[in-house]
Amino acid sequence: MDILEILLTTGFWAATLRIATPLIFGTLGELICERAGVLNLGIEGIMTMGAMAGWMWVYQGGDLWGGLAFAAFIGMLFGLLHSSFTVYLGLSQHVTGIGITLLASSLSYFVFRMLLPDATTPPKIEPFQPYAIPILSDLPLLGPSVFTQTPMTYLALICVAVIWYGLYRTPVGLAVRMAGENPLAVEAQGIDVLAIRTGAVMVGSALMSVGGAFLTMSAFDAFYFGMVNGRGWICVALVIFASWRPGKALLGALLFAGIDALQVRVQQVSGAAIPYQFFLMAPYVLSILAMVIMARRAAYPKALLVPFRRGDRA
Amino acid sequence: MRLELREAPPIWLAGLAPVLAVGAALLLCAGLIVWTGESVLEAYALLVKGAVGSRFALAETLTRATPLILTGLAAAVAFRAKLWNIGGEGQLYMGALAATWLGTGALDLPPLLLIPVLLIAGALAGGSVLIVPALIKNKLKVDEVVTTLLLNFIILLFVNYLLEGPLKDPMSLGWPQAAPIVDEGLLPKILEKSRLHLGLIIALLAALAIWLVMRFTVWGFEIKAVGLNARGAAFAGINVNATIIRTALISGGLAGIAGVGEVIGLKGYLTLDLSPGFGYTGIAVAMLAQLHPIGVVVSAFFLAGIYVGADSMGRAVNIPTYLADVLVASSVLCVLVSVMLVRFRIRRG
Repeated sequence: MDILEILLTTGFWAATLRIATPLIFGTLGELICERAGVLNLGIEGIMTMGAMAGWMWVYQGGDLWGGLAFAAFIGMLFGLLHSSFTVYLGLSQHVTGIGITLLASSLSYFVFRMLLPDATTPPKIEPFQPYAIPILSDLPLLGPSVFTQTPMTYLALICVAVIWYGLYRTPVGLAVRMAGENPLAVEAQGIDVLAIRTGAVMVGSALMSVGGAFLTMSAFDAFYFGMVNGRGWICVALVIFASWRPGKALLGALLFAGIDALQVRVQQVSGAAIPYQFFLMAPYVLSILAMVIMARRAAYPKALLVPFRRGDRA
Repeated sequence: MRLELREAPPIWLAGLAPVLAVGAALLLCAGLIVWTGESVLEAYALLVKGAVGSRFALAETLTRATPLILTGLAAAVAFRAKLWNIGGEGQLYMGALAATWLGTGALDLPPLLLIPVLLIAGALAGGSVLIVPALIKNKLKVDEVVTTLLLNFIILLFVNYLLEGPLKDPMSLGWPQAAPIVDEGLLPKILEKSRLHLGLIIALLAALAIWLVMRFTVWGFEIKAVGLNARGAAFAGINVNATIIRTALISGGLAGIAGVGEVIGLKGYLTLDLSPGFGYTGIAVAMLAQLHPIGVVVSAFFLAGIYVGADSMGRAVNIPTYLADVLVASSVLCVLVSVMLVRFRIRRG
């Protein structure tokens, strides 16, 4: 079986969409934060927190959509914490973000152990089931795989459109983009830069958290330690790869997930000729390469990492 | 409300800030302990007892502090130059790999030669890993936070591969571990009936050396200048790119030495669980110390105490040991705020 054959299997395309879903949420979330001028390195921890919180909600008897809303809410709280440090106090976005990642992931593990002290094998929940979209899923070739996904994957795709529309076609979106490029101009319009940035970081963090929740509520059915496994950092790289654009973020996540899905399949057919660890390295190597390739064209939001203090002159 | 820069922050306030911050973190985590239903005072008493309450506990804490001093220094030096090296974990494993490669029989040297060779090899291995992100930061302006972070995952998988493949000890009964370090390469214990080894002295000397370099040498001055204002430093004639590379070598080298110390001082052979995140904790160590090399020693002892103490507390009462990680993370965030309160004063209006 060669690579072309793999590309023609429906399983490959279904896997690509599945792997891409948390990356789409995470990348969109990071993108919104950075567009408003705030680098959110809390992403890895917030995704872990979302994975734990959403799962725990369902495990304690709540329903799946409630769990999703809960994960988003918790993500917002961490976003609020991040923005009170970086936006209102103007503290280092690097250090705050790393601090929040440490806090959110250790807190998730603490809470998980606290509520389930004796669990040796991770308990399971009934996750989201795939839903076949009528008509579209009957299309020949790719229809059955692409249009038979869990609701969260559809939600991710809808988010791309909504966020694109929100950022480029609404006044709020314009204010968010301006806050990341030229906060003084926002201030001159009589709009509160700090409020815009805080809002963006909170919404972005909620999306990251939902991306994490996808792992425990859709892709798998249990919470494992270290299950986010660098996906958050990969999202940070994908934002740069996507030049801070939602549409390109979707493309980047799909491309990335496609290569990831491909490596799993190539690994299966290659036997033991190449050690499996080198395949597992692929996503991380790829992320670094993506950043290096796009580096020359990277148009960072001009006010990224720069705290805004009212009354300061540029 | 607005913030006003203090002209000259009082020195006592600067010293008090991290202490107050840790106090605040302890208070916040008391909330978690209340939730577990245990007594807060008893829990913290058990933690302190587990950390420093006996000769054994103290020796364990010092043993745990040894790698943290080195990874903490690695983060402190890099962060001073605003080189965000989050790759301490991977650099540590590169150092451990170098020690394993040269120390398992490849070199036939007496201890007085072999140990320094292993330390230097580990430092070079750790440093050279950080050179790559530093170079692409210099040449292409690629953010080093993400590249150093992602390298951790790559290096761990690489070590995993070596331990299951070329470096696997055939005598290890199937466990993925490397061959043991030859006796000539092992660090002597410095305290009887404990695991405390010469690595602690090496770490302390490293802290002293870094302090001297940062305080009294041109290199140290250049590192600080680049961190404070890279453009200004460039105008003053400092070669910013060269300084970044030099900082990367020192920082990665320190983390590499931490890995060597764990292999030749504590474990005796390389496994995949050599470090329970020493590289990441080193960042917290450096932040608590406000990037001061001597402060790093203090904060490494403190954090090591929290981890060792929480382990023994977790055995005695029904509190997950992850409390230690929560405590460390909230300390980092509290220190950030307290340091800001030292630099600024809050004014109304």
